[in-house]
Amino acid sequence: MFRPMRDLAPAVALNFTFDGKALKGRAGDTVAAALLANGIVACRETPVSGAPRAPYCLMGICFDCLVVIDGIGNRQGCLVPLAEGMAVETQHGRRHVEEV
Amino acid sequence: MTPLTDIGQLAEHYDLVVVGAGPAGLSAAARAAELGLIVLLVDENPTPGGQIYRAITTTPVKDRAVLGEDYWRGSSIVGRFERAKAAYAPGCTVWSLGPDEGEPGTFEIGLSLGGKARMIAASQAILTTGAQERPFPIPGWTLPGVMTAGAAQIALKGAGIVPVGRTVIAGCGPLLYLLASQLAAAGAEIVAVLDTTPKRNWTKALAAFPDFLRSPYLAKGLQLMAQTRRRLHFVSNVTGLAAAGEGRLASVTVERKGAAETIVCDTLLLHQGVIPGVNLTNAAGCEHFFDNEQHCWVPKLDRWFASSVPGIAIAGDGAGIGGAESAALRGEIAAFDAARRLGRLTKPERDRKAAPVRAELERRLRGRRFLDLLYKPAPQFLAPKDETIVCRCEEVTAGQIRDAARRLGVTGPNQMKAFLRCGMGPCQGRLCGPTVVELIAEVRGRTPAEIGYYRLRPPVKPVTLAELAALPQTEASVEAVVR
Ligand code: FES
Repeated sequence: MFRPMRDLAPAVALNFTFDGKALKGRAGDTVAAALLANGIVACRETPVSGAPRAPYCLMGICFDCLVVIDGIGNRQGCLVPLAEGMAVETQHGRRHVEEV
Repeated sequence: MTPLTDIGQLAEHYDLVVVGAGPAGLSAAARAAELGLIVLLVDENPTPGGQIYRAITTTPVKDRAVLGEDYWRGSSIVGRFERAKAAYAPGCTVWSLGPDEGEPGTFEIGLSLGGKARMIAASQAILTTGAQERPFPIPGWTLPGVMTAGAAQIALKGAGIVPVGRTVIAGCGPLLYLLASQLAAAGAEIVAVLDTTPKRNWTKALAAFPDFLRSPYLAKGLQLMAQTRRRLHFVSNVTGLAAAGEGRLASVTVERKGAAETIVCDTLLLHQGVIPGVNLTNAAGCEHFFDNEQHCWVPKLDRWFASSVPGIAIAGDGAGIGGAESAALRGEIAAFDAARRLGRLTKPERDRKAAPVRAELERRLRGRRFLDLLYKPAPQFLAPKDETIVCRCEEVTAGQIRDAARRLGVTGPNQMKAFLRCGMGPCQGRLCGPTVVELIAEVRGRTPAEIGYYRLRPPVKPVTLAELAALPQTEASVEAVVR
């Protein structure tokens, strides 16, 4: 849903996955920005109705960017810097107790 | 500035802890350090700048014209902080702030950094947690593809990315023009800017116009407005908005002059001004009041930005919306007073040093009232139609809230939580609080001030049980549970 604008400063490319799919991001991106730049439509499903959601505020207040990062659920993708080799997954509903 | 990347590097105690690395926090921390205080600045973002100067040290956007010179001014604010002798903890979340029971006159601050939690102490605190966009609940605002205009600006500053495809911007406020022009300069395809400013606001706002004529931003603001209006497809007097789509946004329906029109689009960016983010200040026990002109909750502060809790000051837009330049100046003023409270400055010294900053602050705030009155959102965008989701976390609609207020006689937002769970999801009311208050006020024929706001409690940000369990135990906390 987003694309890089023209004439960006070069950045180190980072490999990461989303639900197992290999994607590329740029060093300096947050997880949420990297997902948007890769055209990912939704990153979580709500606990109440299962509706798909995507990052809404990108500033840490709405919690619609919640994802599972390297096995840990309920992480705010818009506050976590992307790192090489990260495994990002859709957050389905609430965080499950066995992850705690 | 010394960056701290591991929670173990934090000291047990600081003279001053500043929360939030936007212009107010950076200036407060720099000034306090310059005055000899031992200072820690904590910020949950990975880099300094807050939202307005987001990613100022790291942005991949090379063409300076895209973000504009006002943005790049942030470099000097960050630069000054970097030269100051203060500790800086990025990526660090404050989840609680309260008086230290064991040591009267100091605060205990709960922090998380890199998945580990810790409690530290501070003699003084300056909270510069800034503003958030005012919630803009319309049908379909939870669909992927709908986001705040501020979010698109953050994506642009931080990652150099722009929305793909047909983009619509909707709402009101001075920032709307800036956001539209920045996104257009970055190459976004903006098919329409939908202006929801109510026509009748002009009558009220004109009373404040003489003051606005002396505003330092007048010329710049008008130029930006004229340019944006000329270059982009502008639609004024919009009275209704609804986003629609299956699993993602497909279109937005626009009501104006009694007729409806549907615009096919891929991205919808919403913005109806900014309000102070009150979660931390409220949970810290600071008193707030409802500001009728800015139409939002604002902390009660004195001339030095000291809150009702001795030792806690609140500066920047969190003290009431004033804009980036005023935020930095407010931070300075709060820092002078912190130094005075700690005995580093006498009252006359503080007053003398702060006088020029205060004069500049007054100049910067000129014309604000005009903007507040002109861009006050229309009632239907504050208290939306029944089918609209109000609480995004718990998916509670305006209709359910009205019904609970009417039929069950729910009188306030705290009681509403018990019935509908609104405000009890992870965002802790940040995205629904103002709307819930507005709806109860509407049904009961009261003002938002009479209805009140959520009573917020720490932790103000989620912290895991594992983090809490790993906190070092004090004797008192062990005694409290071991019998
Ligand atoms: S997008 Fe709102 S909290 Fe991350």
